[in-house]
Amino acid sequence: MSATTRSLISEADLRRGHGRLIYRLVLGALGVAFVLAFLGPLYWMIIGAFKTPIELAQTPPTILPTSWHPQTYVDAWNRLEVGRYMINTAFYALGGWLIQLIVDVAAAYALSKLRPVLGNVVLGGMLASLMLPAAALLVPAYLTVAEVPIFGVNLLSTPWALWLPGAANAFNIYVLKRFFDQIPNDLLDSAGIDGAGRLRLLWHIILPLSRPVLAVVSIFAIIGSWKDFLWPLLVLQDPEGQTISVALSRLAETGRVTNNEMFAALAIASIPMVVLFMIFQRSILNGLSAGALKG
Amino acid sequence: MTVIAPQSSAAVTRGTGRADAPEGPGSARAARLRRRIGDNLQAYAFLAAGLLCFALFSWYPLVKGIILSFQQDNFVTDPIWVGMDNYTAVLEDPLFATAWLNTLEFTGLALLFGFAVPFVLALVINEFRHAKGFFRFAVYLPVMLPPIVSVLLWQYFYDPGTGLFNAILSGVGLPTSDWTQSPKMAMISLVLVSTWANMGGATIMYLAGLAGIPGELYEAAELDGASVWQRIRHVTIPQMRFIMLVLLLLQIVATMQVFIEPYQLTGATNPETITVMILIYRYAFTVNNDFGMAAAMSVLLFIVLGAFSALYLRLTRKAD
Repeated sequence: MSATTRSLISEADLRRGHGRLIYRLVLGALGVAFVLAFLGPLYWMIIGAFKTPIELAQTPPTILPTSWHPQTYVDAWNRLEVGRYMINTAFYALGGWLIQLIVDVAAAYALSKLRPVLGNVVLGGMLASLMLPAAALLVPAYLTVAEVPIFGVNLLSTPWALWLPGAANAFNIYVLKRFFDQIPNDLLDSAGIDGAGRLRLLWHIILPLSRPVLAVVSIFAIIGSWKDFLWPLLVLQDPEGQTISVALSRLAETGRVTNNEMFAALAIASIPMVVLFMIFQRSILNGLSAGALKG
Repeated sequence: MTVIAPQSSAAVTRGTGRADAPEGPGSARAARLRRRIGDNLQAYAFLAAGLLCFALFSWYPLVKGIILSFQQDNFVTDPIWVGMDNYTAVLEDPLFATAWLNTLEFTGLALLFGFAVPFVLALVINEFRHAKGFFRFAVYLPVMLPPIVSVLLWQYFYDPGTGLFNAILSGVGLPTSDWTQSPKMAMISLVLVSTWANMGGATIMYLAGLAGIPGELYEAAELDGASVWQRIRHVTIPQMRFIMLVLLLLQIVATMQVFIEPYQLTGATNPETITVMILIYRYAFTVNNDFGMAAAMSVLLFIVLGAFSALYLRLTRKAD
């Protein structure tokens, strides 16, 4: 390891007899702690669903089920209608992602490359919304969705109640605008000479160059909508149209669900995000790190 | 390309300079003005959807929330202006102090667990030459779960009779706990699950910050005879100051809006864990059905959190 990548403790210290032992002990201890603390609960959830409700509640707990009941997952999917709520959630997440991307990319493009009069005022107004804690807007935003001004429509219990407020994402617009700013104008100008219109420039030049930032924005948009709870709880009042999170909360309160069925439902609800994480681990963790360093 | 689309004329002329003004200077100015208006119309066409969404679902609700906090509104007859009545009603509610104290307790504990522990973890993980990827993966995995999954899972773990935690405690001969149901433990139980579910984000950001510290600084400190603790104090912490401050502000803003943990684990009625958000929810949607009171409470929350958010925005934008 070269000198520039060294950290707090030097390579030499770690390799010396004493340091090596401590290093191995700490590495091993923290490894075990992480497996128990972070993977353990997930193991318990997935394996717990295979147990009978009685075995799941017994003391001392069993590490592996004495008898396996994979049927529980099928029951949760069908009887608790986890399938329906998963599809609802996917529909809200994908629709919200698409609308958010269209609205935010168009806005960022206009602010970055078309630079209209008062563009900075508009950007400032959008960024100011980041200062509003979501919670403080909850009640007036709910009332607005119940009766949208000018249009006078009621969006409660429709997907638009999730999609439209989510589209106004100042953080995304800011991130996209900063990325677009780095794309040289010469590139656009020369394409413009060839006769490309504004939309074509966006579609054929800006967007292909912006794939990395679009990927990060997309992943975080989908994660965000999948994890949202309070807003869907308020605006999706029809039980059939609820998201998986809201439905799970409601099911847990009715008390008519056995605990192994609930474990199965929780495990199923976790699958999409965990799979997404496994596929896009690098972009998710690096996107987060970049956010921490650049703000 | 030979055919020039009409809307592309502006881009063409920008590329070719003044070649488009063969007539007199007056008509050239008029053409430029026309072009500028056209450019702006196009730009605002791209901005329209975003502006509409912001106006309807961000700026308008902000104004509406402030107005509503001074009104009595049953949404049937015209709203009545009641001045500060909603605020006095909120302030006189015995739950007001409870909610704020509980929220502060949650935030304080969450910072203790969720701010300090990830820093120590990141510090240690950063020294590892092996399995760094595993540690990053494991600590962030719970963050990917829908929060309700974490909360419900822990609800089963916390169960005083059949839960895993008490089974483990009694298994090793330690006293069991009522967890979410005992006044002493309720808030700590909420903080524990919240920290478990969220500490990955802070850890990853700390790791990114640590990776950015130049190695020469440690080397120089070591040559000067600085011990590991001194290196942490005089190199690591000063270098990390910015990220730590940003995360501190972010976590204060996030944890003061805690909702799902008290809502699900202890219910919206348990005085031990009524937080500001739970109280707003109660005012508007369950007990009182009084949107004016809920709006007044929201404005108070905004005043407290807005300051932290503004500071955060200033810091991060300055850093750019």
